Order: sequence, then C-alpha cells, then structure tokens
Amino acid sequence: MMLCPQTEAEACDIVRDHAARSAPLAVCGGNTRAGFGNAVAAETVLSSRATAGITAYNPAEMVMTAKAGTPVEDVQAALAENGQMLAFEPADHRAAMGTEGEPTIGGVFAANVSGPRRFVAGAARDSLLGIRFVNGRGEAIANGGRVMKNVTGLDLVKLLAGSHGTLGFLTEVTFRVLPVAKAVETLVISCLNDAEAAHAMAAAMALPVEVSGAAHLPESVKGRFAGGVLADGAATVLRLEGLAASVALRMEKLAAAMAAYGPVSRLGGEASHRLWREVRDIHPYADGTSRPLWRVSVAPSAGHQLVAALRLETGVDAYYDWQGGLVWMRMEADPEAALLRGYMKALGGGHATLLRATPTIRAATPAFEPQAPGVALLSARVKAALDPQGIFNPGKMG
Amino acid sequence: MSGFIRFLEPQPAILARRRQIVADLADLLAKDGLIHEPRELVPFETDAFVSYRRLPLAVALPRTTEEVAAVLRYCHKYAIPVVPRGAGTSLSGGAIPQEDAVVIGLSKMTRILDVDFANRCATVQAGVTNLNISEAVMAEGFFYAPDPSSQLACTIGGNIGMNSGGAHCLKYGVTTNNLLGVTLVLIDGTVIELGGKHLDSAGYDLLGLVCGHEGQLGIVTEATVRLIARPEGARPVLFGFETSEEAGSCVADVIGSGIIPVAIEFMDKPAIEICEAFAKAGYPLDVGALLIVEVEGSEPEMEAMLSGIVEIARRHGVKTVRECQSATEAAAIWKGRKSAFGATGRIADYICMDGTVPLSQLSHVLKKTSEIVDRLGLRVANVFHAGDGNMHPLILFNANDPEDAARAEQAGNEILKLCVDAGGCLTGEHGVGIEKRDLMTHQYKKPDLDQQMAVRAAFDPQWLLNPSKVFPLDGRSAA
Repeated sequence: MMLCPQTEAEACDIVRDHAARSAPLAVCGGNTRAGFGNAVAAETVLSSRATAGITAYNPAEMVMTAKAGTPVEDVQAALAENGQMLAFEPADHRAAMGTEGEPTIGGVFAANVSGPRRFVAGAARDSLLGIRFVNGRGEAIANGGRVMKNVTGLDLVKLLAGSHGTLGFLTEVTFRVLPVAKAVETLVISCLNDAEAAHAMAAAMALPVEVSGAAHLPESVKGRFAGGVLADGAATVLRLEGLAASVALRMEKLAAAMAAYGPVSRLGGEASHRLWREVRDIHPYADGTSRPLWRVSVAPSAGHQLVAALRLETGVDAYYDWQGGLVWMRMEADPEAALLRGYMKALGGGHATLLRATPTIRAATPAFEPQAPGVALLSARVKAALDPQGIFNPGKMG
Repeated sequence: MSGFIRFLEPQPAILARRRQIVADLADLLAKDGLIHEPRELVPFETDAFVSYRRLPLAVALPRTTEEVAAVLRYCHKYAIPVVPRGAGTSLSGGAIPQEDAVVIGLSKMTRILDVDFANRCATVQAGVTNLNISEAVMAEGFFYAPDPSSQLACTIGGNIGMNSGGAHCLKYGVTTNNLLGVTLVLIDGTVIELGGKHLDSAGYDLLGLVCGHEGQLGIVTEATVRLIARPEGARPVLFGFETSEEAGSCVADVIGSGIIPVAIEFMDKPAIEICEAFAKAGYPLDVGALLIVEVEGSEPEMEAMLSGIVEIARRHGVKTVRECQSATEAAAIWKGRKSAFGATGRIADYICMDGTVPLSQLSHVLKKTSEIVDRLGLRVANVFHAGDGNMHPLILFNANDPEDAARAEQAGNEILKLCVDAGGCLTGEHGVGIEKRDLMTHQYKKPDLDQQMAVRAAFDPQWLLNPSKVFPLDGRSAA
C-alpha cells in the first residue's frame, strides 16, 4: 500500500499511527533511487510525491523553498527561467539504476546527491539551508532556515541530508542556488593512463584557474561519452566555467600547463554540457544490466591504485569523477565487496556503496560501507533520538 | 554586564572533591598539563564575551587525543562537567566555564600532522590556529578558506565548534563546507573517526552534525580540512553611498546579477568613522554607508568582474568608487574592516550581535535596528557580511553603568528577535553560547528544540559537555 499525504499534518497523523503500532514505513519521494541502501521490509510505503510545489523563490536572494515532493524537473525549470541552477549538479540515477518515475527534490536531499562539482561547490547537503520533516513520533520539526549563514542550534539539516528517509520524513526543503555560468569549456587531454591522469588532475587543481569538473575516462568507456566525439585513447577532461572572457583566459593557462601531460583539445557548447551530464549520471554503466555497480568515495590519489589492485584479481571496469570525489566501478559478475572494501581500507579508507546488483547479490551484500563499532553505536543512538520505534526504512542503512 | 544570564548551579559534591579531582587529573596528563592554582585559572574565566566570568575547577591542557580521552573518561565516570576551549575568542560565551567544570583547552595541540597537496587537504591537531593552516600551505599556492576576523588566534577546533565563517565565505562557504574529517572524543572517552580524505559519509552525516556543536557533542582533537588553490590575485574596491538603503539594494543587485564576489562587506557611518580613526584605511568620511567588494582572479578577470559591479553601483547612485592601486592599499582596506571590533572597543564597551537576515530584508532590519537603539538611548555601529545577510550591529555602552549595560542587553535581544521575525536567525557565525541561549525559544518551537536536545543526549546522556550553553536551562526534560 502506498500512502501519499497531501499535507504535513496528514503525514504527522500517518506516522503517529504507525509509531503507536510500531509498524514500519518505507519512506520515499519518487522512489527513483530505491537502489540506495538495503531492501526495506515494510508493507506500507510513505511517499512525499503528493506534497509538491515551490513555496518561495526570490532569485535575488538565491534561495528557494519547495515542498519535498516537488519534481526536480520543476525546480530546475523555475531556476533556469532566472538563469540559476542547483550548484551541486544532482545526478539522475534512473538510467543507471534501471528505475522509472519522477525524481523529487526531497529525494535529492535525502540521498545527498552530488555531481562533478562536488569538491568546489559541495554536495546537496552543502546547499541545503533549512528543512521541515516529520520525526518518528509524528511531530513536525523545523531546523535551519533560509539564510546562508546560520549556526543557531544543532545542524539537523546536515544530519537528515543523506539519511535516506531513515531519520525523518522530509516535507519541505530550503536550499541555496547559484547563477548559471555564462560560459563553459572543457579541456581534453588524450591518451593518459589512470595514474598519469591522477597526476594531471592534481596539477590542474593546484592551478589558480578554478577547475569546476575533472574526470578521467579510460579507453573502455570513453566512446560512450559526448556522442563519441572525444579523440583517440583515454580522455582526461577538465571543465572551466564563468564569464566568457574569464573562461577564455583561464583555458589558455590550463591548456598550456596540461600540454606537458599529453595532447590537448577543447570541447565547448552542447558537447561539453552533454559530457558532464553523462559523467554525473554514470552514463557508461547505464547499460540495462544488473551487473554490480559501485559508487566509491576515496581520496583522489587512491582511486587509480584501488582500481589497479582490483584488476589483478577480478573483472572490473571503472571511470573517475575526480572532482566529484568518486570512482564508478562496474563488476563483471561478483560484486567482490570484501575485496573492494579491503583494498580501500588499506589505501587510506573511504566508502563504497553498492548501487545496483541482482536481488540475490543485494540481499547478501551490505549496500553501505559497514561502519566502525563506535560510529555504528552512535549512529544507532542518533536514529533512536529521531525515530524511537525504528519505523522509518528499517534496515536500509544497516 | 550585570549578570542576567543564569549558569547552572555548581554542584557542591564536586566542589568538595576538588583536591582529589585535581590530583587524579594530574596523573592523567603530562607535566604542565594541568592548571589548578586559582590565580592561574583567571585567564580561563571568560572568553571574548567578557561580561560573564566563572572560575573553572581546573584546566586540562592535553597534548594528544589519548590524553583528551583519558580526561573525558574520568570526568564521565565521576559526572564532572567539561567545558571545551579553543583560543577563547568566542563572542557568545561558548567557552566560559563554570565552578564545577574542568576546562579542556587545546593550546598544546598545535601540530600540523599532514599536508597532502595531491589530495588537496591538510590534517592538523585541533589547537592549530586558523591562519596557521593557510600559512603552512601558502608556498605551494593553496589556502584554507574560512577566515573569521580572529583568525590569527582562533583554533580550528573552536572553528569547528562554532562552524565559523568569515568575510570570504560568500564564495567558499563556512567551516562545515570545508571540513572533510575529524577525530572526535566522546564523553565516555571513546575515540571515533568521522570522514577523512574522501568526501561525504557512508552513514549519517555526523561530521555535519558535529560542525557547529558548540562543545556539546564531544571534543574534536584532529581535523582534516579542504585546501583550495589560491587565486592569482584579489582586489577589494570601496563603494561609498549616501544611504544604507542604497548600499543594501546595490548588494542585492550584485548578487542577483550572477557575479559572485568573494566578499561584500558593509559599514555604516558610525562604523566607517570608528574604523578610519583607528586604521587610517582611507575610507571616505562623507558617505552614509560603505561597501567593500572583493573579487579574485587574474588581472583581466578582475577587471571584467569589477566593471560589471561598478556599473551596478552607479545605477544605485554610488558617490565614491575607490579601486586600490597596490597590495598595500588593498591590505589597508581590509585592515580597517578586520579591526572593526578592536577599534570599537577603544572608544566604548560594546556587544556584537550576529543575526542573519534574508538579503531582501537588509534595509528594513537596519532601519529597525537604529530605531531600537535610539529608543533605548544607545549608539550602534553596523559592520557586517552583506553578501550573505550576516549582520553585526555593535551596540555601544558603558560597562560601568549597570543601567546602560542592561539597556544594551535589551537592545541586543530586541535586534535578534527582529532578525528572526524578518525570516533570519539568531546567529550566523558566532554561535548561541550563553549569550543567545534564552532566545532560542524565539526561533524554535518546543518540539524543534526537544528534537535537538534528544540528538544532543544521544552523544552525552548526562549533559556533562558544556552544559550551561545553547539550550535554555528550563525545559530540558525531553532529553
């Protein structure tokens, strides 16, 4: 059964009723990111999709408030009309995860979605200024606000972002937006191997040119990007954004410095936009299969080492969204969770999330990185402070 | 000030055991790691919110995470309150101790542990100062972005406690947006690692929760922070306007235009006069309000951005535009702004408010602020981060006159309520501390506060960590 409350008060009633009976609820927005986390055993689904609508938007303040169930598409359309955007470039996971439906803005924040601008502009949590949510007691709670600087009390905004509906049912979100860059251009360095690319991207990052996206697309995946227009060999791509005159100047500087690493070319206009959208949306692995797909967050210099170590032992394909802080990996057959997580730990730590696999594999593999005992214990206590009966998405996060 | 804000009553049972506690703590710490002579405790009795003072029971100055854990384990076992302290630059009383509390100070934890340019981050002990991080990475062309005015003294541990901002966070964000990981010691002595050199978390964003916790959730002993490539150049420009309203609407238009400067600072006439008298920065004295707008990049980039900003300012009737010709001039412009609090302190006692308001409300809030202050017969100087709506009205008063002090506190409270009612918040970067604790009920409803307290209690069920702060003393039953 799916419950779609139209108001916050209605959501409070539903939650209170379920809390009284300790009856679990599968919490979601548009449910297009259902692959995040372990499967939830709950007969009743509580979705925010019926509470939609932008409630406040003053472009001069660069802040928007929307009901949690507002389609991401509506948010982006309203922003685009005013030359603004979500700075964190939320990925659309539908193609890669094989899901259908309408992604919601609440879902974006609940999953703390990010994109290739992660390192410079943050993830969804960094843009989120205020929330309203229903806690596990059925109480409507407000935290944060609609101003950019706010240290009044504990930051439950960050806590709820990325909690995948396990701590509360989001009803409204207020977030910061940014002006769309007037110009975008991408520099392509060809034929670098993974290790060389990591060095080149670190060097680019150290230049005062404000690289807003950096990715390495090995030869195995490169043809899947930008309609196959990238030059021969692997492609290491660096994005610059800003005022046109400024992008042109910085591009000169960047191209001159990167020429030392390999042949450079440039990609502008729609091809560049398309490329970064595809990096964001895991396009090469949106292959209609359920081969295991991992979202791996490690220190940038550890990414290629991790992939190299795995390659010696298993079939793995990977590309690097370096500024997004991610390595995307598709396994041939077995997810190799223990192997992957073991090497990751040895290389300085991080976390690997299994986004896609067959139901059998998913049931046997913890989707999120298992936590150290101290952190797990604390997380359980935090969960109990918000959802004492444990009714929201039980088991989803371990 | 006259002591309107209550602290928790010291517990006689703890005070009675003082000698034993001091002896036990001394065993847990290295030589010179414990301060307990009353005269030596005096420097720890307050912070930059000097109106309130309490001598602590003792001050522990650990050198390592293990020592912090040992002290916390001990205090937890005997239910002794603990007050964490960075450099003591809190403007909201966040580090003011109480008579039955052990202060854990970070002043001996000042090692930079790892600078990793390939992974654009640095790991430091929590007592390292904000500015030290930038200095350590400057030669390689990097910097650490948050820059509170106290950055020469304030520690990264304190910055994390308060989620500190600064003038340049319009572009780079505040502490929470620049923090990748911490080592956190919980009240029972458990040491946990949150985050690291990677981004985001596998589980709950406890790192985001801990940032801005005001010493309520644990003690941060080490931090990994994001490093950013230093721009080629930065240039501030002064804009003088006839009125605050004109300056305020200019700010909104600059932001709305799509040009994001790294900083937009605002000063009203009293603030301009005070800062100019002190810093001789060359501020125009014939204007009603001043904006300092800073852009970054290469020369041609800065030219392009500034010409756009100047055009907008002209549309708002700007009276004076002063572009600086040299690094010395640029430094002078910032010196004036960054010395605002110190310069004000030379002419009067003051309390500094820290409310944030939506940009569209700036003019309204400025007008109402001067009405409140006029009505109470006080003076105010406004100097603040206009780009993000973070107001800093400095209310001038005479601390030797209890009635004047009471009026100043009343004005402050009214101004903060004004900020909340205008859609903003009580504090943008200074923290709640004790100063704004009793105003929390104006911003949050009871269930909102109860929920925060329940989360707090998940970390510290006995409320031993900085217990007099942040949450009103009455109504803590929910925890």
